[in-house]
Amino acid sequence: MAVQILIPTPLRAYTKGEKVVSVEAGTVGEALRALTERYPELRRHLFNEDGRLRSFVNVYLGDEDVRYLQGEETPIADGQTLSIVPSIAGGSGWRSGRWITRP
Amino acid sequence: MALRLRREHAAQIQAHVEAGYPAEACGILLGREVDGVKMVEGLHLVPNRWANPEEQTHRFFIPPEEVRTAEALAARRGQEVLGFFHSHPDHPARPSAFDREHAWPWYAYLIISVEGGRAVDWRVWQLTDDRSAFEEQGLEIVEDSG
Repeated sequence: MAVQILIPTPLRAYTKGEKVVSVEAGTVGEALRALTERYPELRRHLFNEDGRLRSFVNVYLGDEDVRYLQGEETPIADGQTLSIVPSIAGGSGWRSGRWITRP
Repeated sequence: MALRLRREHAAQIQAHVEAGYPAEACGILLGREVDGVKMVEGLHLVPNRWANPEEQTHRFFIPPEEVRTAEALAARRGQEVLGFFHSHPDHPARPSAFDREHAWPWYAYLIISVEGGRAVDWRVWQLTDDRSAFEEQGLEIVEDSG
């Protein structure tokens, strides 16, 4: 099945500027794997070290969040569109990461 | 890679984060990137939707449907989602490890330190490509006609 994946602005740097990437896939998981095989630098921004989709990365099939369908096993019909949408979580906390402050 | 904010938007953000104190408050920055400068042209203020209200003093959450709403709003205006802002009540305006786990490069993450109910420090951060750190970016506040 041909599926179109809409690439959000921050990730286009890793798809050579492509806003839409077309892949052949039968499920959402297959589509994401095909995408990251073509553009390996995308992988760390979508998946964690265990190979699972990062908790803040959401995938929509049309207007449906695939978490409420069958997740990565969700089947895709020909011509459907996948969107990658972040949720934003964060907040203060003292186990801080590395900062590079401006001079 | 500076973030440019009009004074009217800075005032809206200030009011939003001070009203939210002592909880964290958050929102979405809309606009255009021109020559590497992210120019904010609109805001999408959202409630802090972190599930446990008792933890909202140090955690916030913007669900994906709010991001989709903001993306659609921006697209209708020929803009895009440039990034996000949130407050750190009684904490410095520096990203935490938790912030870093939940970020993408390119987006501008504006953090406002709110001490005792007053917004006192504003800083903009961007995640590095390798996800190892946040780099501070410039913040310009310009008059509304700018």
